[in-house]
Amino acid sequence: MSTAAPLEIQALVTSFGSVIAVDGVDLTLGSNELLALVGPSGCGKSTLLRTIAGLVAADAGTIRLGGELVEDGSVRLPPERRPAGLVFQEHALFPHLSVRDNVGFGLRDMPRSEIDDRVAEMLSLIGLGEHGARYPHELSGGERQRVALARALAPRPALMLFDEPFASLDHNLRVQLRHDVVAALKATGTPAVFVTHDQREALTIGDRIAVMRAGRIVQIDSAPVVFHRPIDQFVASFMGEASFLPIVDVATRPHTALGPLDVDLDRTTTEHATMSAMIRPDDVQFTPTVSGEAEVISRHYFGSGWLVTVQLPDASTVMVVTSHLEPPEIGERGDLALVPGHSQVVVPRHRPEPDSPTS
Amino acid sequence: MGWPAAALVFAALVVVPVGFLAVSVLSPSVDVWQQQWATRLPRQLVDTAVLLIGVSIGSVGLGSSLAWLVSAYRFPGSSVFGWILIAPLAMPSYVLGFVTLSVIGFTGPVQGAWRELFGADAWFPPVRSMGGAIVVFTLVLYPYVFLLARAALAEQAGSAYQVARSLGAGPTEAARRVMLPLLRPAIAAGAAVVMMETLTDFATVQYFGVDTISVGVFRIWRGTFDRDAASEFATLVLVVALMVIGLERALRGRARFGQAAGAAAGIEPRSLRGWRGVAACAACALVLVLSFGAPTLQLIVWAVQEATGPRGTPLVERFVDFLTNSVILASLTAAVCVIAAVVITNASRFGQARTTGAAARLTAFGYAVPGPVVAMGVVLTLVALDNALESIGLGLPGAVATGSLIGLVYAYSVRFLAPGLNAIESGMAQVPEEVTASARSLGARPWSVVGRIHVPLARSSVITGAVLVAVDALKELPIALLLRPIGFNTLPIWTYNLASESRFEQAALPAIAIIVVAMVPVALLSRQLNPRAGTP
Repeated sequence: MSTAAPLEIQALVTSFGSVIAVDGVDLTLGSNELLALVGPSGCGKSTLLRTIAGLVAADAGTIRLGGELVEDGSVRLPPERRPAGLVFQEHALFPHLSVRDNVGFGLRDMPRSEIDDRVAEMLSLIGLGEHGARYPHELSGGERQRVALARALAPRPALMLFDEPFASLDHNLRVQLRHDVVAALKATGTPAVFVTHDQREALTIGDRIAVMRAGRIVQIDSAPVVFHRPIDQFVASFMGEASFLPIVDVATRPHTALGPLDVDLDRTTTEHATMSAMIRPDDVQFTPTVSGEAEVISRHYFGSGWLVTVQLPDASTVMVVTSHLEPPEIGERGDLALVPGHSQVVVPRHRPEPDSPTS
Repeated sequence: MGWPAAALVFAALVVVPVGFLAVSVLSPSVDVWQQQWATRLPRQLVDTAVLLIGVSIGSVGLGSSLAWLVSAYRFPGSSVFGWILIAPLAMPSYVLGFVTLSVIGFTGPVQGAWRELFGADAWFPPVRSMGGAIVVFTLVLYPYVFLLARAALAEQAGSAYQVARSLGAGPTEAARRVMLPLLRPAIAAGAAVVMMETLTDFATVQYFGVDTISVGVFRIWRGTFDRDAASEFATLVLVVALMVIGLERALRGRARFGQAAGAAAGIEPRSLRGWRGVAACAACALVLVLSFGAPTLQLIVWAVQEATGPRGTPLVERFVDFLTNSVILASLTAAVCVIAAVVITNASRFGQARTTGAAARLTAFGYAVPGPVVAMGVVLTLVALDNALESIGLGLPGAVATGSLIGLVYAYSVRFLAPGLNAIESGMAQVPEEVTASARSLGARPWSVVGRIHVPLARSSVITGAVLVAVDALKELPIALLLRPIGFNTLPIWTYNLASESRFEQAALPAIAIIVVAMVPVALLSRQLNPRAGTP
């Protein structure tokens, strides 16, 4: 009764020779959903995207686009027969074709007038209605990326795939374009997968975020959950600055140097040995006092504040954000305390293995 | 998956002739070999070795010295010499060969004047000799070494040289301890090309009475039409070619001195003042005059004399015929090579990169195989094809193998695919993979991507590739001499025939036509070498 998911991946494996780039990925995209696929360089996120597009052959597993089987052991549709639109970092416009011809490239088997209408519609969607006659080299970087988006959207793909689409743009342009792209996708009701290595971008764009590491999706959840309830230290660190404190007195009164944990910890298992508590820099505050237990060991300015690293008596370190114009001096002592309303989150050092559900 | 398959078919078509040739050795024509061994073969082996070594020493010496001169020093005309010194690439060795013989050979005007001055018995270095052949080959082939050495000097050697100087080495010591080792790969590659070009020739050497193994192939094939013996003899040429490649690898060693782009800087040239500058200028000019200027001028004089004189060039009324033949042959070859190169370079975009990469490397190897080898291999292949067609009842009237244009175009394409492939590959490298992927994800099939995106984007390099192949084909003599259908003449064959009969003046017209055509790729190359083309 329900319509098929725009993208459904099961047990996908892609390798290059002896290097396994995608190692058993399951993924289902909801209709109209925007998924951000993040991970460090070499984690396999781009390969996963290219396998979905049909640019790289899978070794095992299945891919369905809009319910249609496009890849399994016996079927392998070439890229031109998959209803997926692609946008790359370097836009990859056809330099010898005008903007209009670029956008119309994927439109075929329809009357000329319909093609013209669709191209005009796409160009106005991206706000470049007047630029149809121009050539790619006459456009700015942001405009080129918009044209690439319009070109990919024109044939009404079941799914859009973005490979680091904003990485070559400067910061302000990136923020603006990101907003416009999401708006265009929502306006056309097109689901999409964004590959990015920028966790901030992922948090902004994704309805859900899939974090990849070594060919696997280690966590897939909404942005707040991935940020505040990471599944392990790797995800915690990858999604933003984080400090980790050891948990002591597990059997009686589990706590860290910053105080008791308000999370229920299963004290019957020995898993706590591999557990620690995650603290985001804005979860804690540092108050200089002469007799304080914490000592400032380094500080970095980042514009809207300072990221200060302090050392506790047990030698563990914690990063703290201070918005003060005058940051604490290195060597200065003080007290470290949780900001009211914030908490320490218990995370395992490594993702529980094996086969724990990822969503 | 038709693209990788097509690429593999082209690769097989290139390799099969050489394969047939290698197999022919398994059933040797013992009597022919015995007879050859008893008569010409020992001398041919010695002549081949002496010629190859002499020409490579001469070309390396001349080419790398000139490259150093124009790169490391500034003197009157140095920037012009930097690119114009490759002009002899347009001068076929057989043309310079016959001009040299006629002008300073025994019966030529120079020796005539010499005897007038110093008496009839006055000594003059023998021109029609091994030495003469080495000098002629050196003068037309040094540009290969010059080009590679100059590129190496311009691209990577500058900073190393400056560092050596800053560490206290004088110019000579820096050149010896840093520059020569750095240039070794380029010089080895240049020497290998020079040897291959020398090995493939059998017209020039015949003028000079030098008897190489390539001449042996020609003599056996044109003399007796003994296919098997000629093929086995061609295998000997192939063995020498493989030895040259092995030698190049050994000389280059593990040295791969590519440096990161961007950090590279050329040598900052020093000014040569006074008599030193004049001497450097004179040396460059002398080489250019001897290898290109004077012979071209002589040809023009002869052509004008013939055109205005009472005798007239024999068969001049057929000039258009021969030109047409050459153009048809060159166009067909260029078309075949461009199609093959487009298929091979595109196959890697639409299939497994590994298989198609191997195909590309295999097809490039035709260029390293001397003309006689390719020619005899193609003969064997087409004979096998004839027989195969015969056995399934599709026998064609007349042998496809030896009597038709097909064999000639096939052999030319095997030999000249590599330059076309290189040009089109470099053009395709400018088309990002993402552009291909975008076009495909927009629903374009591979052939449509090639036609609508790849070829339009790589258009200029496709044209360059076609021109390079066509010009090579237009100049080619050895393969044409071996494989041409009876009565089919090209400009080089016409030139060769006239010059073989010592009718040098009459050979001037077709020779000039060849040089003019051959100037096209040389001019293209010069533009690349001369960033300030058009300004003095």
